[in-house]
Amino acid sequence: MGQITLTDIKKSFGAIDVLHDVNLHIDDGELVVFVGPSGCGKSTLLRVIAGLEKVTGGSIDIDGRRVNDVTAAERGLAMVFQSYALYPHMTVRQNLAFGLENSKMPKAEITERVGEAARMLEIDAYLDRRPGQLSGGQRQRVAIGRAIVRRPVAFLLDEPLSNLDAELRVSTRAELAALHARLSSTMIYVTHDQVEAMTLADRIVVMRAGRIEQVGTPLDLYNTPANRFVAGFIGAPHMNFLQGEVAERTGDSAIVTVAGGVRVHLHPVEGSMEKGQKLTVGVRPQHLVISADPTSPKVKLRLVEALGSETVIHGEINGERLMAVLPGQQRYRAGDEVPLDLEAAPLHLFDENGMRIFSTPGTQRRLSA
Amino acid sequence: MGAASRFIFRRRGGKGWHWTDIVTWVWLVGGLLIMFGPAVWLGFSSFKSPAALAEFPPTILPYVTQQVNVEGYEQPLALYEASLPDGSTQVLAEVRRIGIVSQMVDPNAPGEIIRVNIGDRTPVRTMSFATENYTEPFVQFDFVQYLWNSVFVTVTATLITLVVNSMAAFALSKYEFKGRSVAMLIILATLMVPLSVIMVPLYSIISAIGLFNNLWGVILPTVATPTGVFILRQYMLTIPDELIDAARMDKASEWQIYWRIVLPLAAPALAVLAIFSVVWRWNDFLWPLIVLSRRELYTLQVGLSIYAGELNVQWHFILAMTVVTMIPVVLVFIFLQRFITTGIAGTGLK
Repeated sequence: MGQITLTDIKKSFGAIDVLHDVNLHIDDGELVVFVGPSGCGKSTLLRVIAGLEKVTGGSIDIDGRRVNDVTAAERGLAMVFQSYALYPHMTVRQNLAFGLENSKMPKAEITERVGEAARMLEIDAYLDRRPGQLSGGQRQRVAIGRAIVRRPVAFLLDEPLSNLDAELRVSTRAELAALHARLSSTMIYVTHDQVEAMTLADRIVVMRAGRIEQVGTPLDLYNTPANRFVAGFIGAPHMNFLQGEVAERTGDSAIVTVAGGVRVHLHPVEGSMEKGQKLTVGVRPQHLVISADPTSPKVKLRLVEALGSETVIHGEINGERLMAVLPGQQRYRAGDEVPLDLEAAPLHLFDENGMRIFSTPGTQRRLSA
Repeated sequence: MGAASRFIFRRRGGKGWHWTDIVTWVWLVGGLLIMFGPAVWLGFSSFKSPAALAEFPPTILPYVTQQVNVEGYEQPLALYEASLPDGSTQVLAEVRRIGIVSQMVDPNAPGEIIRVNIGDRTPVRTMSFATENYTEPFVQFDFVQYLWNSVFVTVTATLITLVVNSMAAFALSKYEFKGRSVAMLIILATLMVPLSVIMVPLYSIISAIGLFNNLWGVILPTVATPTGVFILRQYMLTIPDELIDAARMDKASEWQIYWRIVLPLAAPALAVLAIFSVVWRWNDFLWPLIVLSRRELYTLQVGLSIYAGELNVQWHFILAMTVVTMIPVVLVFIFLQRFITTGIAGTGLK
């Protein structure tokens, strides 16, 4: 129960194509997060799965049954909306019971299910209040409760945490993860926040402009992003991208020059890299370190953000911007020149089209001027 | 009290009178007199006897000249305060008037006639409320019948108005379909067609379907109002679509979405429309006058017009019944003011 298969899903609003050939299989019990910048079609995809929007092409299957022409009510899914969409004129109890009443469930069972969900979410104390009398966090729980009482095939959550303050968001995120572990039912979660995606997901689906860019576990996406977009989207602060070209290629080593002359030594390399090939080098800010070698390329600092546990430096190297996260507290100020080198951690190379050439876990690498 | 008077006597400059303070006061007091004066006059005049109504110069309060029964005279005589030639004043009863001389008697010594110039006497008057203006129509005329007809028309028409208009508004605000805005525009455009233009065709229709001389003939043509559809649609547009989606996920049918979600949430707009509809239907005159020709079907407003005969207008009854007719509307305004102001502010309509 709870397998969802999307095949060649297309969706257009008038002349505007919002989704292009989306293919995805979601397994029973999986928590899949759709993530992407606003307008990428992730919410539309969720509404298509929910049955609130009709697809223009392709097919949706739930547990092997094609549901394209099945109404939202009959698909057996439950949705938690961004605005919670609680019925303001009903009490919490009525909100929870509304869907069950509509499916003509006996009163006793409704009472039992509402009670059970209320206990699970610790909202029993507010059952007779109206949504207007609840705080944001409580409303959120009611919205989730309204989905739980239905015992759906799968839960669809549309940015459920975006209306909460930062602190509450972190704790609710943990509760959601616990809830998923406990209910072990399929969940599809939409967010634009990559931290939420990383922390919650079994698998992340990164979307851009109506297309799926990459599907994988959070660490897969972090370690081997399929393209520049995914690499830039996953991870905070985002990855540094330096334009460059292959300067030397001998055997299984290569030297790439970036940022007007900085040489990146790579060993070993795989894939097709020819001398003179243009490419982009991606390096995460966490993977840059202060070099002990004073001849290393120097970065001129523009801004230093001291966060206590770490220091974020924004710098410029031959006109290219670079960001690095240094551990602990550093005594740098804007205007200083700092020699940087690469840590023994992944480096990512992308071709001119932004597709990954390779990522380098465990290679030897260094920077030289 | 202190806060109220401080609010009322607040001035712009703090100290001293700014000219805008004076203009404001003149404007507000003048406005109060202009708006409220006729209502006060109506209220008091409805208690005047026909004679007092015909009196010139008119008075605001209902006065009656005091009368007294004097021995030897069959009719009660009117009492006057007369200044006598010796400079004293005395209360005398007038027996008759000849030219500018009034023949009067002392009610306590009715034997002697005293002649007084009419300029030297003023009537002794006391305030008196002619409550028979109110009680008589209830007895003599079919007031209760008219009242019932009015209530029936108003309540039924308002209920149907609310249901029909909210359904139209629901479709026009929550469903996406081709021609939605055109449909709305056409509905709004009918606002520009006055009743007088469609009166004749409307009459033909009503009479063709046999609703002439039937209260339903008064009710049905009025229930679909473009104003109502507009007010409700604008309000329903503010109800988030996510709520409707949530209800759909909750297996609610379209009827349940309308009846259990949208209608309760549109309650403030429904209240506004209900108030408007009650006032409109209650005050309707022309259309009921056209459709209803049998007396027992008259609504209050039509019924009132029969006090105005061809030769004789019974102003005292008309005034009194006008006051009675106004009461429900005034009550509606007093108790539902809040909704009316928000409704007017929300729609920009009157």
